[in-house]
Amino acid sequence: MLSKRLIVCLDVRNGRLAKSIKFVDTKDIGDPVAKARQYYEDGVDELVFYDITASREERDIMLDMVEKAASQIFIPFSVGGGIRSVEDATKLREAGAEKVNVNTAAIKRKEVITEIADAIGSQSTVLSMDIRSVSPNAKIPSGYEIVINGGVTPTGIDALWWAKEGERLGAGELVINSIDADGTKDGYEIKLTRMIADAVGIPVIASGGAGKPEHLYEVLTEGHADAALVASIVHYGEYTCRQLKEYLDGRGIKIRLSY
Amino acid sequence: MITIIDYNAGNIRSVLRACKEAGAEAFITNDPKTAAQATKIIFPGVGAAPSAMKYLKESGMDAALRDAFKAGVPILGICLGAQIGLESSEEGPTECLGLIPGKTVRFKLKDKMLKIPHIGWNDVKVLKAHPLLDGIKEGDQFYFVHSFYPNPASRENIYAVSDYGEDFCCAIGFKNYFATQFHPEKSGRLGLEFLERFKGWEGK
Repeated sequence: MLSKRLIVCLDVRNGRLAKSIKFVDTKDIGDPVAKARQYYEDGVDELVFYDITASREERDIMLDMVEKAASQIFIPFSVGGGIRSVEDATKLREAGAEKVNVNTAAIKRKEVITEIADAIGSQSTVLSMDIRSVSPNAKIPSGYEIVINGGVTPTGIDALWWAKEGERLGAGELVINSIDADGTKDGYEIKLTRMIADAVGIPVIASGGAGKPEHLYEVLTEGHADAALVASIVHYGEYTCRQLKEYLDGRGIKIRLSY
Repeated sequence: MITIIDYNAGNIRSVLRACKEAGAEAFITNDPKTAAQATKIIFPGVGAAPSAMKYLKESGMDAALRDAFKAGVPILGICLGAQIGLESSEEGPTECLGLIPGKTVRFKLKDKMLKIPHIGWNDVKVLKAHPLLDGIKEGDQFYFVHSFYPNPASRENIYAVSDYGEDFCCAIGFKNYFATQFHPEKSGRLGLEFLERFKGWEGK
């Protein structure tokens, strides 16, 4: 039986870990590759490097970091942030990323999803969506709207429609990031995650809101998610990946434990 | 020294990096003449069978691989490299290398909740002992990403299965050829140990 996945996201700026991440051990401060290696050894199933500034100049720094990570981490990892074109995606793949996440660029020009999927395969093309809840209306019947620019700019696009459209255009996975839940540590947006997971035929990764191991359990069961993405819950040292996975295993969730 | 075959099918540098980490010397080539000199081959690949076979035929790499197989060179196929080791694939459909009798088939899942492609970590259940599978225990998981899987004509050639709605074949072997549907290069420590065993395998 296929396991559920635990995914850790690392925010990267200028090839270094973003300051928003605090650390319990001093050894790895600032170096995303060393931190990623630590999570790899701790049993994370997949990693995401999110380039939070992603200007043109920083692209090359990111590529260099991806190369280094690829020689240290022997599990799948993806890269997101500022990916605008097939060229961006192909370069990251060649540097060693298993998958790339597109977000804002796909809102601006949705064909980019198909172009990237044609170039590197659907299985490597992840559509990442930042979503907030709104009152349902004619334009946004699901009551969930896509937002961009780190959650500050509304788009008027219905999230449920966009998830299905993303699948149709060739995305192989979806990241459902709830802007409302993000940073609250009150748990994932279960209703939203489940609505989208039930509407598409591709795997769904839940993101935003993890504060306790129970939250992961909820989104992987009631939320119908295939994977749970975490950040601060492990970055702040509250839990290790091992602890989260053992908790899930104890509650009957199929998860990888021999590593 | 392991020769890794480059046939324009996905990112194969991850295989090279994993070999290095596993202590196995390796290099990449797309030249059939170089492949003909190989003493050990990894035949990886992600992508579609039709374009992969077209590229192999046009480059002459298909003949180099068949000759290496006949000469007894140990060959490890990974993912697409496992799928096109059989006689044909439903993808296309496509005529393949024919190192093992059988056909590559698409998942036909009864459970509509299961998604295709099958992406993620899954248990590898060893059915039959093989030097390359030594040490794999019950519950050990490997990384998969695929919509098709190899289905050899003879049960004799199936070494391991995995369960996705139903048991499907995830490791095949015949003489000096062995191939996995999972990706050892993306499967953490267990995958690296698998590659380390391939380094020491004589093809018997």
